[in-house]
Amino acid sequence: MKVSLNWLKEYVPIDMAVPDLADALTMAGLEVEGVEDRYAHLETVVVGQVVEVLPHPNADRLKLCRVDGGNGVVTVVCGAPNVAAGVLAPLARVGTRLPDGTLLAKTVIRGEPSEGMLCSEVELGLGLDGSGLMLLEGDFQPGTALKSALNLFDCTLEIGLTPNRPDCLSMMGVAREIAAIQGVKMNPPVFSLPEAHGDISASTSVTIEAPDHCPRYAARLIDRITVAPSPDWLQDRLRSVGVRPINNVVDITNFVMLETGQPLHAFDFDHLSGHRIVVRTAADQEPFTTLDQKARRLTDQVLMICDGEKPVAVGGVMGGLNSEIEDATTRVLIESACFDPISIRRTSKALGLNTDASHRFERGVDPDGTLFALNRAAGLMTELGQGRLVDGVIDEDFRQSGPLELSLGVRATNDLLGTDLDRGRMAALLESIDFEVQADGEEALQVRVPSFRVDVTRPQDLMEEVARLSGYNQIPTTFPLLPAQGTTPSPMMVRRNQVRDILCGFGFSEAVNYSFISADSCDRIKLHADDPRRDHISLLNPISEEQSVMRTTLVPGILEAGQRNIARQQNNLRLFEIGKVFLPQSDAPLPLEKEMLVGIWTGRRAKAAWHTREAPCDFFDIKGAVQGLAIALGLTELSFSAMPDAQCRYTRAGRTAQVLHHGRLLGVVGEVDGEVVNTYSLKQPAFIFELDLEAIGRLATDSKQMAPIPRFPSTARDITVIVDQTIESGCLLDAVAQFGEKLVADIYLFDVFAGDPIPAGKKSVSFRVVYRSAERTLEDETVNAIHHHLTHRLIDEFGAALPV
Amino acid sequence: MENTLERIYADAMDALASATDVDAVSDLSTQYLGRKGHITHYLRNISSLPVEERPQAGKRANEIKRSLEDEFKKTLTRLADTSKTAADRIDVSLPGRVPEKGSLHPITQITNRICNIFSQMGFDVVEGPEVETDYYNFEALNIPKNHPARDMQDTFYVSDTVVLRTHTSPTQPRVMEKQPPPVRIIAPGKVYRCDSDLTHTPMFHQVEGLLVDRHVSFADLKGTLTVFIHRMFDDQTTLRFRPSFFPFTEPSAEVDIRCVICRGKGCRVCSQTGWLEILGSGMVHPAVFENIGYDTSRYTGFAFGMGVERIAMLKYGIDDIRRYFDNDYRFLSQF
Repeated sequence: MKVSLNWLKEYVPIDMAVPDLADALTMAGLEVEGVEDRYAHLETVVVGQVVEVLPHPNADRLKLCRVDGGNGVVTVVCGAPNVAAGVLAPLARVGTRLPDGTLLAKTVIRGEPSEGMLCSEVELGLGLDGSGLMLLEGDFQPGTALKSALNLFDCTLEIGLTPNRPDCLSMMGVAREIAAIQGVKMNPPVFSLPEAHGDISASTSVTIEAPDHCPRYAARLIDRITVAPSPDWLQDRLRSVGVRPINNVVDITNFVMLETGQPLHAFDFDHLSGHRIVVRTAADQEPFTTLDQKARRLTDQVLMICDGEKPVAVGGVMGGLNSEIEDATTRVLIESACFDPISIRRTSKALGLNTDASHRFERGVDPDGTLFALNRAAGLMTELGQGRLVDGVIDEDFRQSGPLELSLGVRATNDLLGTDLDRGRMAALLESIDFEVQADGEEALQVRVPSFRVDVTRPQDLMEEVARLSGYNQIPTTFPLLPAQGTTPSPMMVRRNQVRDILCGFGFSEAVNYSFISADSCDRIKLHADDPRRDHISLLNPISEEQSVMRTTLVPGILEAGQRNIARQQNNLRLFEIGKVFLPQSDAPLPLEKEMLVGIWTGRRAKAAWHTREAPCDFFDIKGAVQGLAIALGLTELSFSAMPDAQCRYTRAGRTAQVLHHGRLLGVVGEVDGEVVNTYSLKQPAFIFELDLEAIGRLATDSKQMAPIPRFPSTARDITVIVDQTIESGCLLDAVAQFGEKLVADIYLFDVFAGDPIPAGKKSVSFRVVYRSAERTLEDETVNAIHHHLTHRLIDEFGAALPV
Repeated sequence: MENTLERIYADAMDALASATDVDAVSDLSTQYLGRKGHITHYLRNISSLPVEERPQAGKRANEIKRSLEDEFKKTLTRLADTSKTAADRIDVSLPGRVPEKGSLHPITQITNRICNIFSQMGFDVVEGPEVETDYYNFEALNIPKNHPARDMQDTFYVSDTVVLRTHTSPTQPRVMEKQPPPVRIIAPGKVYRCDSDLTHTPMFHQVEGLLVDRHVSFADLKGTLTVFIHRMFDDQTTLRFRPSFFPFTEPSAEVDIRCVICRGKGCRVCSQTGWLEILGSGMVHPAVFENIGYDTSRYTGFAFGMGVERIAMLKYGIDDIRRYFDNDYRFLSQF
């Protein structure tokens, strides 16, 4: 809402400096978002006196003017027909930025230098006359600032109104707030209606067929009106708040709306068939062309203002082209109505039409202000359009409820606010904004809510008024009395942060990707046609195709993050993300939201340094990160085995492991599939894991039981066996563990080798077995016997051979 | 005679002190302790002393012999170590083997910090779904359909009745439905609005707070948020509470802090106002309690919400909100 200081002064004297006023309004809940000097562009415009007018040597229509601008005479090229020696006119000096955006510079026009510009009203944004120079009548000294010569001082304030304050969508409403701030009363405009002729009820009628949508509709009739441009003062008022003047009739409806907050509409009475108004809802698909010349199809939710046969306006939103005020209009029906906010909002949304009128109606206009605004407009039309007022008002009023009375407890108010205000103070604060207040019993106030405050319906609303008018910053600062006894955060939150810290320690940085992804992401990561992750939650109104469905996997997001980084030469990446995936559920209104963990490692394993050669990362780097994570979380039972080929297609066949816990799949770790690498322009091998964080979080444990520290020394023996390439090394280790030999304390793999002299299709696997007894030092013979036994069981079970 | 012995000892120690290499020490060893050495010679000639002096002199000579043997040995070790050190000297200015460090996303760090501050004040941390019903996101919070307050938040719709939550506020009714007062929670999480430009991303993060009990006042809200702001920024940070409007609070307040960049002088970050909007807050609207079934005559409460991106921008000097979700490694690795 834009307001002009000069306009506001019509209703309230303002004795505060503008910055103080802006601050006070902000602190009263009317946030001033900007202050503008309306005439800032006139800083460098002065009264100029034309001293001499000479013909332009190279142009018939232009003249060379010698102009006294106060501090010397300058030459200005001018084409205005009314320029003459001796006249006073605005001289815009070099450096002036005109309202149309032109910045005046020293220039040469048709070969003649020109320093500045003699201006018309239009050029300075001071009026509509562009036919010639704006001649200044009066005894002005050349060089006088135009602003002071013409007394042009005004500021506009841009107020960011919250939706609960439609009363302030008007000059009077804002003036009322300013009056309260200054401790004075707002003066509504005073006017009287001229003598009226005839009888409106003989000329027209209003029928409300949809009182739910339109509880009140009032109208007046003016005849013998002359449609013409509005007088300067009215045009200036409209322009001051950014409204374009059109003609006197339309300007008056806009002026009164801006003044009172009540939207009005003016119909050309002679275009109303049957000379009457019917208020009804539209038929479904009914066609209608609005004032903006758009042909529309309506729905049965839309409220229409109709004449005897056809719609003439979308009620409360926009008039129709068929009843527009034209130059030839002589009879005007003025509508001042009260429409249902929900109905107007539905219509405005359905038609995609947001107008000054609909904006006010959907927030709620003053239902008691209908006639005031109607009469105000009628008065101005008879005055400014020389119209004749037809006697009488039509006022169809279906409103059920009367004024609202609320009881406000003084103690309840102080309890809620934490204040210590007395009843008199509360009453005075409410009265300052035109609430009527009476004592109610010993400690309460009976408050009558003014009709324009449609937002106030409960005592708490009054408490807010008391609080904001006395000043939020006057309220003391205290603390809640609740004892500090918070519960511990959920295990998931604890685990999530633990995982973050662990991965950070492994050199992974945390990424956060959007929860929505492109619908074709599943194709891009080659998910199977029947993969359940293809079943997405789709947005009805996405911002773009790229962000149109809720993700069911974190993989596309992290690959895209990799892609963007690699495109920026950030080729060495370790990133992870923790986030939710959204899986539709047929038996619940909301999707299942599951927390997942994804990580990517691409580029080098370690930076080149004086002690280390740079090497690219590989599968075992990322697998190691997952294993390290599992160890840190106490997940000792995690295992890895080859993912059957083609089961996970965004990773490479043969280079993908499934992460299992007692046979239950927790996730995938592998090298990104070559095609997917290309799709995401990664340009280099990349390794990825995606894990079910919730499952991992549940399996993780902090409970630990100390085992006794061994008292006797251990003995190690190595085994090297030659087995088929296809046998997973992990199986050999698992097998040894499963033999259940009690003296085996530890077993780990330290070498795998294939190639000469190992026969083709075979590999040699070496591991070390550590033997220890809790009771005694083991003798070599004992260890050798067990080791021999283990070795031969391995040979038997895996068809292994010993190295030659 | 005794003087002779002590002089030999003193000479030997002097000579040893000035020996600079292993060979010199060996020579000295021979010179004093060798077969023809001074000490050996002295011991051999001890029989020439008067009988009554012999035991004393012999004892002393052997003491000195052992002492010198010790000293020669120590000196030899010291000299050997010195030459080894020279060979083993390393350039300690070479970089160490630094483990590569990752970093937590700034949003995570700020969210954790906010939650920690409120946890210390006894608030429980809870979470809610990101895909939410219209009921919890709007209706339960006193934002009916076709209310202009819906314009305050551009909503992503999944269906007529399901939305991406536009704020973390739906956790308020969700928590209150499950437990009677007192309630004291904080709820961080992702939220979504259909808005994408220089200063908006369609996804961002909020932290919601709610406290319901008997006798909770607006003054308590001011106290709680003042403590939070002072811990989040610093004790000198000035706050102001300004009337505003949220459908689910009454009275409602916007909380501004003195611009932490310019200290209130006016700068680009605070749009020359000297103030930064940092929190929305207010006393829980009775309609919200009525929807839940809380007794509005017994209980009052306050609620607040803040944007994590905004606070992170102020704390870290981040200039562009879009950086948060671009995941440029050069950005992430700075935190």
